[in-house]
Amino acid sequence: MCTVCGCGDSEVKGPSDDHSHRHSHDHGHDHSHGLHFGHGPAGVEVAGMSQDRLIEIETDILAKNDAYAYANRAVLAGLGAFAINLVSSPGSGKTTLLCKTIEALGDQQLAVIEGDQQTENDADRIRATGASAIQVNTGKGCHLDGHMVGHAMEHLNLSKGAMLFIENVGNLVCPAAFDLGEDCKVAILSVTEGEDKPLKYPDMFTASRLAILNKTDLAPHCDVDMNRYETNLRRVNPHIEILRVSARTGEGMEAWINWLRHNLAHKSEVQAAE
Amino acid sequence: MHEMSLCEGMRHVIEDQARQHNVARIKTVRVELGRFAGVEKDALSFAFDIVMRGSPAEGAALVMLDLPGKAMCYDCMQEVQINNRLDPCPDCGGGKLMPMGGDEMRIKDLEVA
Repeated sequence: MCTVCGCGDSEVKGPSDDHSHRHSHDHGHDHSHGLHFGHGPAGVEVAGMSQDRLIEIETDILAKNDAYAYANRAVLAGLGAFAINLVSSPGSGKTTLLCKTIEALGDQQLAVIEGDQQTENDADRIRATGASAIQVNTGKGCHLDGHMVGHAMEHLNLSKGAMLFIENVGNLVCPAAFDLGEDCKVAILSVTEGEDKPLKYPDMFTASRLAILNKTDLAPHCDVDMNRYETNLRRVNPHIEILRVSARTGEGMEAWINWLRHNLAHKSEVQAAE
Repeated sequence: MHEMSLCEGMRHVIEDQARQHNVARIKTVRVELGRFAGVEKDALSFAFDIVMRGSPAEGAALVMLDLPGKAMCYDCMQEVQINNRLDPCPDCGGGKLMPMGGDEMRIKDLEVA
């Protein structure tokens, strides 16, 4: 029920309900709220505000982004394409991991969207593998958003059953809040970053389905406790899946490739059933 | 985090609403922010004043309302309220908590000038 005008017939929603509301569809509140002139007390106490001149909107601040993300998700669903949003700090090895992943995936149809503040370097590295890639430079922006990714997708000519890798701007804070329309986020965490990183930046790891502990070949040189990484990841996200990988030596790559193939196959099945 | 982009999102919503309701000036904007939304209030307030220039909400007051942080405790399987992201479960002391709410960033209403 709307907290001000009382329209609607459901219970007042708690924050957890509101969360699912926000992600289930792309608009704000869909019943029309007019100007509440002359209705007098409307069920909310607002110190210093006259209740008869309120426009009730209850719209998510990111509603516009979420609408773009919804449209992107619909395009991907139509293609049965599986999209992952790769998130991490700068320097965790996202681009190297992607290059090795593209090699390992062989003739799998795929495309890459590269997000950085400046330069085409990463897209150039991806294109050198033969894969199609588009670079999005965010300028001063600290994250990709649904609008940028929608435009990038138009340029990529995605084929049916493709994988789309979106390499977000290296940043463990902002990209957590911006839905791009992906199937899931995958967080890359290199073992040199410190075991407590998931505790320092919990939101990104909470938002991710999988965490890749990358650069495991460096672990013996850095006095790291790999189990503590996993404990801390599960501390902020009890559901998170974890893979230990070294893109450089190839250790753990097979499990990662299987994870990707399994998720793509699952999406295609769901798509076929609908 | 990205308070400037959030304010740009707010400006879009406010401009749409002002046009729909044929309103020229907004006096107050009230937003609801979950404890885990990661919004820095001072930064939001600062960005708000700048981003709203030239919009119907130029010079408007920004009122920020807190919403509680909620999480599911995977030890006692209860939905509990917590103040900080890494707090243990207030009921059983467990540490396996999955946030279930508190990431809201919502414009609640606009007061017309």
